[in-house]
Amino acid sequence: MTSQVDQSEAVDGSDGDKGRSGSAEERPATAGSADAHAPGGPPPSRAKPIRRLDRVIIRFAGDSGDGMQLTGDRFTSETAAFGNDLSTLPNFPAEIRAPAGTLPGVSSFQLHFADHDILTPGDAPNVLVAMNPAALKANLPDLPRGAQIIVNTDEFTKRALAKVGYPADPLSDGSLEGFHLHKVPLTTLTLEALKDSGLARKDAERAKNMFALGLLSWMYHRPTHGTESFLRGKFAKKPQIAEANISAFRAGWNFGETTESFAVSYEVPPARLPAGRYRNISGNLALSYGLIAASQRSGLPLYLGSYPITPASDILHELSRHKNFGVRTFQAEDEIAGIGAALGASFGGALGVTTTSGPGVALKSETIGLAVSLELPLLIVDIQRGGPSTGLPTKTEQADLLQAMFGRNGEAPVPIVAPATPAECFDAALEAARIAVAYRTPVFLLSDGYLANGSEPWRIPEVDELPEIDPKFATGPNREDGAFWPYLRDPHTLARPWALPGTPGLEHRIGGIEKQDGTGNISYDPANHDFMVRTRQAKVDGITVKPVEVDDPTGDARVLVLGWGSTYGPITAAVRRVRADGGEIAQAHLRNLNPFPANLGSVLRSYEKVVVPEMNLGQLALLLRAKYLVDAEPYNQVRGLPFKAAQLADVLSAAIGTLDEEDHR
Amino acid sequence: MSENGFPSLRLVPKAEAPLSTRDFKTDQEVRWCPGCGDYAILAAVQSFMPELGIKRENTVFVSGIGCSSRFPYYMNTYGVHSIHGRAPAIATGLASSRRDLSVWVVTGDGDALSIGGNHLIHALRRNVNLKILLFNNRIYGLTKGQYSPTSELGKITKSTPMGSLDAPFNPLSLAIGAEASFVARSIDSDRQHLQSVLRAAARHEGTALVEIYQNCNIFNDGAFEVLKEPGTRDEALIRLEHGQPIRFGAEGGSGVFRGPDGELFTAPVTPDNEARLLVHDAHAASPATAFALSRIADADTLHHTPIGVLRDVERPVYDQLMESQLATAAAHRGPGDLATLLAGGDTWTVD
Ligand SMILES: Cc1ncc(C[n+]2csc(CCOP(=O)(O)OP(=O)(O)O)c2C)c(N)n1
Ligand code: SF4
Ligand SMILES: [Mg+2]
Repeated sequence: MTSQVDQSEAVDGSDGDKGRSGSAEERPATAGSADAHAPGGPPPSRAKPIRRLDRVIIRFAGDSGDGMQLTGDRFTSETAAFGNDLSTLPNFPAEIRAPAGTLPGVSSFQLHFADHDILTPGDAPNVLVAMNPAALKANLPDLPRGAQIIVNTDEFTKRALAKVGYPADPLSDGSLEGFHLHKVPLTTLTLEALKDSGLARKDAERAKNMFALGLLSWMYHRPTHGTESFLRGKFAKKPQIAEANISAFRAGWNFGETTESFAVSYEVPPARLPAGRYRNISGNLALSYGLIAASQRSGLPLYLGSYPITPASDILHELSRHKNFGVRTFQAEDEIAGIGAALGASFGGALGVTTTSGPGVALKSETIGLAVSLELPLLIVDIQRGGPSTGLPTKTEQADLLQAMFGRNGEAPVPIVAPATPAECFDAALEAARIAVAYRTPVFLLSDGYLANGSEPWRIPEVDELPEIDPKFATGPNREDGAFWPYLRDPHTLARPWALPGTPGLEHRIGGIEKQDGTGNISYDPANHDFMVRTRQAKVDGITVKPVEVDDPTGDARVLVLGWGSTYGPITAAVRRVRADGGEIAQAHLRNLNPFPANLGSVLRSYEKVVVPEMNLGQLALLLRAKYLVDAEPYNQVRGLPFKAAQLADVLSAAIGTLDEEDHR
Repeated sequence: MSENGFPSLRLVPKAEAPLSTRDFKTDQEVRWCPGCGDYAILAAVQSFMPELGIKRENTVFVSGIGCSSRFPYYMNTYGVHSIHGRAPAIATGLASSRRDLSVWVVTGDGDALSIGGNHLIHALRRNVNLKILLFNNRIYGLTKGQYSPTSELGKITKSTPMGSLDAPFNPLSLAIGAEASFVARSIDSDRQHLQSVLRAAARHEGTALVEIYQNCNIFNDGAFEVLKEPGTRDEALIRLEHGQPIRFGAEGGSGVFRGPDGELFTAPVTPDNEARLLVHDAHAASPATAFALSRIADADTLHHTPIGVLRDVERPVYDQLMESQLATAAAHRGPGDLATLLAGGDTWTVD
């Protein structure tokens, strides 16, 4: 089955259904657009023609010491401030400083921005900035013909070329003929610009990423004041360095404006997003804010017990900055102590949270089981990364679903919430807290490395739009004889009372040993155990979650694609492609994985074929097959990177195609 | 010091009327083996608690797993019987977020020193306001008698039929090495002494480690008999009292001295050497002497085993520091405002 997808789109990685990147409209040179001023100077009159594009994918790549993540972050901020929709994909080695100039040491940052809503960081970059031969070699395979490549020629020395196995200089041997190659001596130009800065050569050279950023900012008409004030803030204690970076940044901008090798610049107009106030936000930041919001909306002080691990540490860092919200962060001696302290704080009436990644979850399992038995609210945040074992610490994966679902001894059901986009991490944290508090249960929040570090515009919610969470603490006896039974349940939610130490008359002891229904006293009675196991399961099964929504515009689709977590962007982009091509496909995405939405079974059964793309070997598909007896068809990749929309579109079209073929047999 | 003499309980609400031993007993049937030393410790703790003068509902006992860890079920306070080895971690979360509680940890030698060794040493170095009671019976009771990290070398048990191969921990040396600010030892059978140590521990601000020698009459009976037998105990036990010369034996005929090499040794007290008796200083800034005292006993015979408070020094308390960081942050930046936080710095508006 061959793809029906327009090849130009498949190659350049669009995920919008309304435009093509080829549809650039050229404008004659006019006065500079109001948004992009020459940094530090008056608005220039643009001397060169400007082309309008609907979207662009840029990848900055260099050595891990070249500051590519910072460069990408700054370009993203400029782009967000400009009002484009955007999606980012940072990709960096696990080593802090992998050997310089080598392929494993390459760090990159990809950014997709557009004048319309987009869902992925893009499959293939239109522009590659390669700071050295390794960056070129590592990223070239992802580039479509016709893409622009900006290389730092100063780094293309014989030695550097040999280090990555280039037999000849790719800049002159004709191998890059199909690309628009811009050869820029970035290092030399940066040094030249900083010759009066008084900085040593080594220090001056380090500003070359800002030169590159300046050049790209010129090329795409990005606003520049944000970066300048950022640099002033970042190097507030080293004004000389701040000024050097700003000079390099401006020099890069001016270089674009004056040099002949850049004939045109490009404009990508702001996107028309729903009305509101926006900011750019990464998944880990959104998740941190979601936790603070949950604390504020519930009145429960936030207590984070955590042990550093990539890619979850940023949540520990972020929450540690907000002590004025009464947030306590406890960097524990290990993962077990992290969750233990969080659970202890929950017993005392805090919103206990632990943040980690897959290996940490493995260590926390026993305590999660204790929380299931104690029936106390607790959030376990798992920012999934490549596994097993240490795996791929800085890459993304979705292979902890079954660990979250079943990774404990005994029957120990735990609700699972999974955000679909970076910004959604905010809502997911609130949803997880709602469930934890209302049902007195530990809850898993499954994010992943791609959501954690990726970013997108976020419409900032009004505080009073946010859900309120009522902890409903027990305040007095719950038995007519004046006794307090810690396991006397709410008949609707099956939640037990949460009685805080310090409340007179409610003294009680709870533990991991099986408890008698109601009284909570130790019980080894077989019938009671059977009852308690079923009751804990029934409590989780009975959690109210929103029905899953199906997007099936014509109502005629025969194939449903169902995903969960961070595959939302690529799946939705693929669905748009299939539809743009005339294919009919329905799409649904799960945010609640335990319990599943009540309507999921009927949704699954109303399609002839269900395709389940996952970045694992078919974990959700396994659950769906077991629970609903449907022939869910897994499509799996575990490459440490998000799916590419074009590939997924092929898979979905093929699924539609096989059904059509069967009809004709 | 607060009015009731327990500075570590400054923030804990006081009981309106005096409580009695009975107030701390639960209706749960105690399930230790008859004759187990845990009974005596339970009785000593229950009758000591009213002395604290705090509200019963502001007291929490947290334990791990083991015979000893059943303790919270028998205390009519709040309680958590958690999982093996993790009680110090759970109690740390509770004590560092609720400074209005008096938090006690009950643990065993296996619980605290094997599976939970990491949490124990980190709790001690952090100095969270926790009182840790380590019931040391030098055996795994609940799992029916395997050797433990405090069992003597060569211990014959079901898992070590030819004798154990690993050298034991000295819990007090370990605690002092882990920067503990309060380290003490007592014995299950000496209620008065045990309560005096509990009193000192309860007063202490920060983490207190109290090792309690406890007899497991089923799997390690008589492990501490030499310290209890009227015929041997006087020679075997050294009762430490802060500010007092360290003497022991019948009529205090023996004492502890520091030799010219700096090492401690025991010797009969004579009119000649009496003035050179080591005077116990639990508050000494340096842990060196406390460490030496923790190792003065003969590991095989337990002769010259010190009991009492070895070390009791002031050090910043984790939960106080944590609280003051929150207060400082709120004072400098004002109490957190969610709307401001969410908006952040760089925003744009779409109409
Ligand atoms: C994770 C885990 N591993 C092992 C056990 C089995 N276990 C229960 S208590 C115990 C040892 C208890 O010894 P100690 O702490 O000295 O307590 P005692 O029973 O002597 O009071 C062991 C190994 C367990 N409950 N959990
Ligand atoms: S086994 Fe030993 S420690 Fe456990 S209850 Fe029996 S006597 Fe006590
Ligand atoms: Mg023991």
